[in-house]
Amino acid sequence: MTTLDSSKEIQKNNSEVNETHEDFRMFGLITFLIADGMTFAGFFAAYLTYKAVNPLPDGAIYELELPIPTLNTILLLVSSATFHKAGKALLKDKNSDSQKWLFFTAFLGIIFLICQLFEYFHLPFGLTDNLFASTFFALTGFHGLHVTLGTLMILIISWQSRINGGRLTSQNMFPLEAVELYWHFVDGIWVVLFIILYLL
Amino acid sequence: MTISIDPQKTNNESLQPKGWLRYFSFSLDHKVIGIQYLVCGFLFYLIGGTLASAIRIELASPMSDFMPRDVYNQVLTLHGTIMIFLWIVPVVNGAFGNYLIPFYVGARDMAFPRLNAVAFWLIPPSGLMLVASYFVEGAAQAGWTAYPPLSITTPQSGQIIWILSVLLLGGSSIFGGINFIATIIKLRRPGLKLMQLPMYCWAMLGTSLLVVLSTPVLAGTLILLSFDIIANTGFFNPVLGGNVVVYQHLFWFYSHPAVYIMVLPAFGLVSEILPVHARKPLFGYTTMVFSIMGIVVLGLVVWAHHMFTSGTPPWMRLFFTIATAFIAVPTGIKFFNWVATLWGGKISINSAILFSCGFIINFVFGGITGVALAQVPFDIHVHDTYFVVAHFHYIVYGGTVFIIFSSIYHWFPKVTGKMLNEKLGILHFIITFIGFNLCFAPQHWLGLNGMPRRVAEYDPQFQFVNQISSLGALLMAISTIPFLINVFLSVRNGQNAGDNPWNALTPEWLTSSPPPVENWEGEAPLVEEPYGYGKEISEQK
Repeated sequence: MTTLDSSKEIQKNNSEVNETHEDFRMFGLITFLIADGMTFAGFFAAYLTYKAVNPLPDGAIYELELPIPTLNTILLLVSSATFHKAGKALLKDKNSDSQKWLFFTAFLGIIFLICQLFEYFHLPFGLTDNLFASTFFALTGFHGLHVTLGTLMILIISWQSRINGGRLTSQNMFPLEAVELYWHFVDGIWVVLFIILYLL
Repeated sequence: MTISIDPQKTNNESLQPKGWLRYFSFSLDHKVIGIQYLVCGFLFYLIGGTLASAIRIELASPMSDFMPRDVYNQVLTLHGTIMIFLWIVPVVNGAFGNYLIPFYVGARDMAFPRLNAVAFWLIPPSGLMLVASYFVEGAAQAGWTAYPPLSITTPQSGQIIWILSVLLLGGSSIFGGINFIATIIKLRRPGLKLMQLPMYCWAMLGTSLLVVLSTPVLAGTLILLSFDIIANTGFFNPVLGGNVVVYQHLFWFYSHPAVYIMVLPAFGLVSEILPVHARKPLFGYTTMVFSIMGIVVLGLVVWAHHMFTSGTPPWMRLFFTIATAFIAVPTGIKFFNWVATLWGGKISINSAILFSCGFIINFVFGGITGVALAQVPFDIHVHDTYFVVAHFHYIVYGGTVFIIFSSIYHWFPKVTGKMLNEKLGILHFIITFIGFNLCFAPQHWLGLNGMPRRVAEYDPQFQFVNQISSLGALLMAISTIPFLINVFLSVRNGQNAGDNPWNALTPEWLTSSPPPVENWEGEAPLVEEPYGYGKEISEQK
């Protein structure tokens, strides 16, 4: 239960002792995601407060169309399922299947981002038009940044799951599990965001 | 899943620099990182202290004759930001946490050594950015709170650099917090129970929970503020339909817990130091643990007591007054436990325990004025006066900085293998204690009589008391000299300390001084009673 980091200075004292410790990288990631979630919580709290106490000026436009964000919600939920499939396939040592599922997940993420940009360019308001517009762009933009990073990480691990020479195998599942947890987190945030931004 | 260690991989000692050069490297050793935090923080403390001296020189006379009024505002902004984000938070968490926590949990390093090094190396560049922001056109002058609309309407390039720097420092703090939580929860040696941990572990666990839960909110808020400045959005700009009070809520949701992030580790450190030098077990271990966790929970729901004059509705005032008053209960329990630890002990008078006792005296005074400030009628009267300045400095200087010095005197023998000179140490304590109280006690009177804070000029009737305060600040500045002489002399030719000069029982004293890389020869010792003074010592001998 002690840590010996591979790139630390020396192992004079303990070179004979074969020490092991539990893998707590996932624990660290969960702690980080809680912190990340608090950033969103701050944004949501600010948005809801604005909605409650700051009336928009007369003539301010704040209508949102529902079809694209609904499609986006479906895309993200499906991508969560396909990611899960990739993990299952890797566990059974079917690396090429896993890689296909990962590519499909990344593809769904990219479609999500394209739809998001499409929505941005067809909105009746811009970033500085009114308080609602600014908050809308801040919330969806910050989430979109998370999706972008997630998609990049999925592309990286799908490269790593290639059959010859990839470090992602059924013995080393951590990179996939970590990105999967992050991706589910981003999906969950989107569902909350969709509800309070578009439906409320 | 477990990770096994490959002895081949760990044997790359030629890659790391040796001697003092390792303090300038991307070292992964928690002890090196701890010292990096401490020395880096102390250098910024000297900068922040110089700025504080400039403020007190300016305030020695009622007119703004030492520096122009806008420069005064820039100086106080830089002073507050440096002292909080570059001295107190990194040192009391990063420095002592990194050095001590792996010893206390019986580990060879922190849970995530690389993340640890990254967290430290974010600090020097962002600190330099912060200092550099003073020299650009339009330095930040909105105080360490950066309240809009002031931070939006004043010249902005310095404010943007200020925001970026604080964002980086917040990131460093979050990485550190994640590392401490994982180390304390997951990396304990087999057989060590949670309720056997030294108190500093509990304090750091509570602090890190606060860091992880509240710092991201500050980050989000500052991002929105920077949008207001760069992109002309109106989140916090009333002219564009925004709401400044939302900024205050979000800011204080971080910055009230930040007070506990600064003071809870000090609670933990003093709980380590007192039993050793009083030769008695820590009084009320279990109540101390629950007090810390109580402070963590309550600390998250009291933020609006900073905003009683911001048009808060009556129910909010009522709730936050009561919640704030409740915090006095766990804090009071801790205070009485420290006094009870000292009571009837065989106290050896040395610099470490003098600074700890100074902490207890100053902190109880700052705590009492804190309870007073939580009461709405009183708070409205003294809001934004020197009373608040005095209260705050009694907590962070009289409290935390006294404990930082106490800890340096206590752990210096472990870190260097040399003793510090006690005569110079006691001289350091006497000048600091007198100077501190001379500087900040009169400010209570100034505040009650209506002298506003953050203004370079004041009514001439306050001049005499301000000069007393400035004299105290001068003493505080002088007090650094014996300390620095002491450290330089002792590192070069101090008396050899031996492994355990204080006959202490906590685990870090059971290894050699200075400790080897990986902390222990062979297996980590199991310390089940870190405070078993009195009964255990006779059995051990």
